[in-house]
Amino acid sequence: MATRVSDMTSQSTGIPGRTSRGHIPGEEGIWVFIGGDLLAFAVFFITYAVARRQELAVFETSQRLLDRDLGLLNTLILLTSSLCVAQAVAAVRRSDPRARLFLFGGIALGASFVVVKAFEYSAKIAHGFTLNTNSFSIYYYMFTGIHLVHVLIGLGVLCFTASRFDRAGRMPGGVALIEGSGAFWHLIDLLWIVLFALLYLL
Amino acid sequence: MSVILRTRITLVWALLVGATLFSFETQTLGGAAVARTVILVIAFAKVLMVGREFMELRHAPPLLLWLFQGWAALTCLALLILFNL
Repeated sequence: MATRVSDMTSQSTGIPGRTSRGHIPGEEGIWVFIGGDLLAFAVFFITYAVARRQELAVFETSQRLLDRDLGLLNTLILLTSSLCVAQAVAAVRRSDPRARLFLFGGIALGASFVVVKAFEYSAKIAHGFTLNTNSFSIYYYMFTGIHLVHVLIGLGVLCFTASRFDRAGRMPGGVALIEGSGAFWHLIDLLWIVLFALLYLL
Repeated sequence: MSVILRTRITLVWALLVGATLFSFETQTLGGAAVARTVILVIAFAKVLMVGREFMELRHAPPLLLWLFQGWAALTCLALLILFNL
């Protein structure tokens, strides 16, 4: 029976299929998508910075209306969710049934990010800070909205991955699947780190 | 070895949380330009940590790793220029 290269575990690192040329986590196609997303968001970040220079007073005043504490909370939620998913990947590699628990923890935290964001949106809208308020609000809702769509897709991917566990809580042959879905989830975390800095802190 | 890996990613998470809390309070440090620079540099240091450690790019083929690190460095540089000049 043929064995997937990515399902072979290096004794020295715990990283499956690691060779001297390196190991690509998950399927290669996911990295094409991740690369495209990184380029798109780089354009978003730079576009925002240029717009901020042009309307500095409007942006600075509007940024003070954002709830920095909720931004911080969501950052800590996503970081911890990423930790859970990374633990789940490591657990699947060693056939540890706790992998399922870690993955469900990551999913629950991801869902709580959505709840906090929904609360934040509703509070802002209730105070009259809507998409049409000014230039900053357009960027705020557009970028955080696109990111939120990523979160929802990521949650769907993680739920699909969680459905692949067997009754014993193991995922035979599923290392590439959880690596790929984990990489996408970490991308979401990574993009939020920059959005949090640009929108809430700077 | 997986236990070490698990410990390592937990340590990385602790560093990421610490860096997040530090940058959250950075607005009280020095002048506005210093604060902006510190916040951006910390943000992209965190990006590199997530990419290298959580996404496991430090084990990836060098081309993939350097494409990612190059993206982070160039994006950070562009933002530093746009926010400070």
